[in-house]
Amino acid sequence: MTLVALDGVGKRFASGTEALRGVDLRIEAGEFLSLLGPSGCGKSTLLRLIAGLAEPSEGRIERAASRQVGFVFQEATLLPWSDAITNVRLPLRLAGMARAEQEARAAAALAQVGLGGFERAYPRELSGGMRMRVSIARALVTRPSLLLMDEPFAALDELTRHRLNDDLLALWVGSGVTVVFVTHSVFESVYLSSRILVMAARPGRIAAEVRVEEAAPRPEGFRTSAGYAALCRRTTEALEEAMRA
Amino acid sequence: MRRWADWLAPALVGLLVLGGWEAAVRLLEVPAYQVPGPVAIARALVEDWPLFRSSMLVTLKIALLALLLAVTLGGLLAVLFAQSRWVERAFFPYAVVLQVTPVVAIAPLILIWVDDVTISLLICAWIVAFFPILSNTVLGLNSADRNHVELFRLYGATRWQTLWLLRLPGALPFFLAGLRVAGGLALIGAVVAEFVAGAGGTGSGLAFRILEAGYQLKIPRMFAALALISALGIAIFAVLGLVQHLLLRRWHESAMRPEG
Repeated sequence: MTLVALDGVGKRFASGTEALRGVDLRIEAGEFLSLLGPSGCGKSTLLRLIAGLAEPSEGRIERAASRQVGFVFQEATLLPWSDAITNVRLPLRLAGMARAEQEARAAAALAQVGLGGFERAYPRELSGGMRMRVSIARALVTRPSLLLMDEPFAALDELTRHRLNDDLLALWVGSGVTVVFVTHSVFESVYLSSRILVMAARPGRIAAEVRVEEAAPRPEGFRTSAGYAALCRRTTEALEEAMRA
Repeated sequence: MRRWADWLAPALVGLLVLGGWEAAVRLLEVPAYQVPGPVAIARALVEDWPLFRSSMLVTLKIALLALLLAVTLGGLLAVLFAQSRWVERAFFPYAVVLQVTPVVAIAPLILIWVDDVTISLLICAWIVAFFPILSNTVLGLNSADRNHVELFRLYGATRWQTLWLLRLPGALPFFLAGLRVAGGLALIGAVVAEFVAGAGGTGSGLAFRILEAGYQLKIPRMFAALALISALGIAIFAVLGLVQHLLLRRWHESAMRPEG
């Protein structure tokens, strides 16, 4: 099933900058799709169009009616005056759900990202990785069919990023959610995705597609395997070609 | 240890200054109607305490009521301004006009137009106190993080929800900073207005006690009233500082203790 379909989508900002041109894209239910590209290639803009946070200046975007979206920003974007559980239940609160149910589902979402017991902690009291986990829990609490992530781990140290990558994959496998993940890291995109779209800049467009057939969650030692290295090389080549074009 | 020193150092300086002052007045035999020493001032304060106490309560009442009005009206106006750029553009200049016109110049007019002295004092003090609350709160309401605003939009938040759950809590540190400034200004406004009114009688405040003591050349009493006004100002500042700390300590940088 196609969750979101983009046909000939272009985006021009009020300043005249052409951020995207001629993007055709089908997001299929259950896939883990990465948008990979250098900064300025419009990948974040594309994600915002998919989310409905911005409107395309050209082309059409069609969305499945049953779609419920969760969005994870580059920063954790938590409300600093609210504790973890209040941050997580915010989307449910905005939707007018009963308080008791909000609390129960938010607590479950926190447990799902490995933060059971941190319900009453304030963002200030948590590490960068934990804050990002709270942010992911907030995106999951509405039980979305589509999870959109805009370079969520870019600001974290490598070890934390690896752990969050593994946990995200486990979550993807466990919940069947569809993920669209924006990143500028070849290694991260290969490790996580079932499909990678390589983007080129000026104007932003999709330049190549790489499929990753490896089973998820990734087997032990996948990061050092020959298959992983070969995929990274292929993706890097595609990215370099896109940047030359 | 550090906190102890925080108290001890200024207390020592205060004692030294007061001691030096008393010693200088005695050694140089300065008459009390020119410069009274701290002991003479303290004596005046104790002797006339019932009078001072009621005057202090009058001034405090005016200042606190003015502050309450400033918080209510300043806060409501700020929310109104934040709802629409157009409203803000249209009305903000007039708030500025009200702010930059010296209260000493407006006070006589207000005293003529309003029969009740207490109410005119209240209006004067309010005029001085409300602007920092208004301008700070407007700034705070408009400072919401862009990503937070998008997050609320993504989850279909209503205007009211965005105001209540995002803009108002985000504006709180700004509002509280304005409140601390406004607290001192409300007292100043009240004292200035009392001076202009110059109204005597039992229901008059500390400013009138200063005027009265000046006419009677009871200089220690002047100083005593002055000291009480300072004490009131310090007390208001300290209480508002405590309120600020209690409201922000869990989440805002300004109220965090440095770790380690």
